[in-house]
Amino acid sequence: MDDTRSATSRVRGLGSAHEGVKHWWLQRITALALIPLIVWFVIGLVVHTGADHAAVTSWLRSPVTYGLMLLLLAAAFWHGALGLQVVIEDYVHTEWRKLALILLAKGACIGLFVAAYISLTIIAFAGSGNG
Amino acid sequence: MSPADRPISPHLQIYKFQLTSVLSILHRFTGLGLVAGAAVLVGWLIAAAHGAAAFDTAQAIAGAWYGRLLLFLWAFALFYHLCNGIRHLGWDAGLGLDLPSVYLTGWIVVIAAAVLTVGSFTAAYWYLGAL
Repeated sequence: MDDTRSATSRVRGLGSAHEGVKHWWLQRITALALIPLIVWFVIGLVVHTGADHAAVTSWLRSPVTYGLMLLLLAAAFWHGALGLQVVIEDYVHTEWRKLALILLAKGACIGLFVAAYISLTIIAFAGSGNG
Repeated sequence: MSPADRPISPHLQIYKFQLTSVLSILHRFTGLGLVAGAAVLVGWLIAAAHGAAAFDTAQAIAGAWYGRLLLFLWAFALFYHLCNGIRHLGWDAGLGLDLPSVYLTGWIVVIAAAVLTVGSFTAAYWYLGAL
């Protein structure tokens, strides 16, 4: 069959979705980043099982934990937002509902990350006297 | 027929399940569950930032029978999604796409997730001093 697309359309390589492989690729990149981060996180949680507030905050306060926790949560919520988007696109076919749900899911992921960032920053920069 | 009324595939009442489809569905379900788990993790961080009293309440909820049950389910979801995610990355690289390999890696993922879940909980109880 002859290609009926214009030269511009062909060189862009985009179909009816109007976008390329960026979503797919970012899902893989965040997945790859999450492998070592999750291993580190699970070990960190396990060794702090039942630990009190002082012990947990002193762990979270260390620069390495602070940085890795931010990377973990950023990668996790980014990966989660992309995943939620795929699920919504698979099952919600009314255009306005689909758009609203995707915006809601992505907004929730961004909001949760910001809440985690503020909490971790408070823990990291507050003195140990802060209760 | 409006888009919302169209039948969806697979037709679940007459669908014969196999390991491959069950694991695929489980990947999606665990992904959704992990977004909920990440939200709870953020709640835990907020409690830690708030102070010792709020953190003690969060720890009491996590340590109650329903808290432990949810943590166990989340741990399995996390390890399953992690292991099956690595399986997916292998497929993306073109590895293990023949049917015998797909079944073999599927069973490896199920066993690995179960072992990691039980192993991490055993370690957590050991750190708690309960073993």
